[in-house]
Amino acid sequence: MKNLNLKSLLVRPEVATFIMFVVIMIGFYLANERFLDARNIRIVMGITPEYMIVAIGIAILMISGEFDLSVGSVFALVPMTMVQMVHQGVPPWFAIFLGLMIGVIVGFVNGFITLRFGIPSFIATLGMLYIARSLTTVATAGFPPPFPHILPNELFVYQFELFRASLYWALLVAFVLGIMLHRSNVGNWIYATGGDTNAASSMGIKTNNVKMFCFILCGFLAGFAGMIQTFRLEAPLPSQGYLLELESIAAAVIGGVSLFGGIGTIFGACIGAILIRFLESGIIMARIDAEWFRAGLGSLIIIAVVFNTYISRRATRIGQNKAKD
Amino acid sequence: MEDIIVCEDLNKYYSGVHALKDLSLKIKKDSVVGLIGDNGAGKSTLIKILSGAHQPDSGHIYFEGNEVKFKSTKEAMNLGIETIYQYSALIPEMSIARNIFIGREQTQYNVGNFGLMKTKTMQDDAMKALTDVELHLRSPDTPVNQLSGGERQGVVIARAMYFKSKVLILDEPTNHLSVKETNKVLRFVEGLKSQGVTSIFITHNLSHVYPIADHLCVMARGEKIADMEKKDTTIDHLTDLLVNG
Repeated sequence: MKNLNLKSLLVRPEVATFIMFVVIMIGFYLANERFLDARNIRIVMGITPEYMIVAIGIAILMISGEFDLSVGSVFALVPMTMVQMVHQGVPPWFAIFLGLMIGVIVGFVNGFITLRFGIPSFIATLGMLYIARSLTTVATAGFPPPFPHILPNELFVYQFELFRASLYWALLVAFVLGIMLHRSNVGNWIYATGGDTNAASSMGIKTNNVKMFCFILCGFLAGFAGMIQTFRLEAPLPSQGYLLELESIAAAVIGGVSLFGGIGTIFGACIGAILIRFLESGIIMARIDAEWFRAGLGSLIIIAVVFNTYISRRATRIGQNKAKD
Repeated sequence: MEDIIVCEDLNKYYSGVHALKDLSLKIKKDSVVGLIGDNGAGKSTLIKILSGAHQPDSGHIYFEGNEVKFKSTKEAMNLGIETIYQYSALIPEMSIARNIFIGREQTQYNVGNFGLMKTKTMQDDAMKALTDVELHLRSPDTPVNQLSGGERQGVVIARAMYFKSKVLILDEPTNHLSVKETNKVLRFVEGLKSQGVTSIFITHNLSHVYPIADHLCVMARGEKIADMEKKDTTIDHLTDLLVNG
């Protein structure tokens, strides 16, 4: 029985990711001891929370069976509009609220186009990727505006001894949404919708509403994370979040989220995001040409998915053989 | 015995195709009704209407004596009509317990329709529901994709029983199952009668439904071509009807 529990734990994709994470951390530590000293952890964990938050949104949306390629653009558009609104005299907190609403609206439009017209979310959000990026550049009005210091950025990015406030925000997001996904009935509907939309709707679940909720959540989180990055850099850049859509899908996939929906965890997505950032740092610290980061990331994605597919096939086969006995 | 479902002159068109023609049918309480017919005979259309997934273009449906007009499967389920579709009754990656409670989770700390699932209660109840249909599985946390075809049908039937369904519509429940697994499913369905559940067993395989059915209904080209008690017919007669319409 104990053996069985261990086996069922090992077939969980996020556990495999976690083991991969530990191995990679030890490997880079052996290459350069300073990889794990406080200074490097402070640097890496200072930027990681932003990616964690986006990856969580993407993971939930992918579990429900859809994609969002526009997160990188929303990541730039939301903080840019916040900053420009403050420059126009909008009170800071109201500007933050309106900015986050833009993330919500983009998520809604993504969901509406995908569900109403029955087109793949890949296409709907690919279009939105260009539209939102274009709007960001337009909102920049030619030259990146200065950062208005009346915005309460310390609340989100204050540097404590080791970690930034943003890490605690990311952990809060992970905790709340983890409870929602893994413990609430809404989470059950999300897994059911992504696992088999027809079966879910024949059981009375409003699958379109579930998906719409996930689209909106994803847009909101992408905007929220973008705001944190701008607050940290104290500069709104129109190029912010470039290629982030692919990186956050990579984080989710490395963390065991299935491209076909219905499988994945918040923990996995977080570990995936952290792993990517430490991989980047480790390659630099090991004095490998930084251009190798993408090659490393690419290999990691392929290895993770091949490994997970192999494990889950084996698990299914073992189970079915057992059932026949 | 009284009739639990009565259909009168149901008609359904799909973009010009007359899929169901003036279909009338009476289904007795606590019986097993075999609904047989070749592909395209209108069986699926009929069950989609009875389950609330589609609405008839004309005609009436009475459930326990009252006229009903289902707008969704949820409405039919709330009255106790549960449908088990051929391929899509369970989510393969999800556990048995989660599958049993899809859309009807037991929750606490509710805010509106949302709440936290009572995981322990759901697991215990899932095991109890399985035992009630004589299905003995290791753990309620086993993902459904690790079960055999017959066991999966057992889980679906356990779910319907748990939620006190009055009518269970089974769409080709024995398709693609081995002989052994088929017998298992047939036993589940036979057991439903004694527990006060009426089942409508849809199949194109007469030899599966004949042994357990009380009543048989044959469809062809959207029409009912025969409707009789088992004692009034033979398997040869039914085969002849199926083949020659």
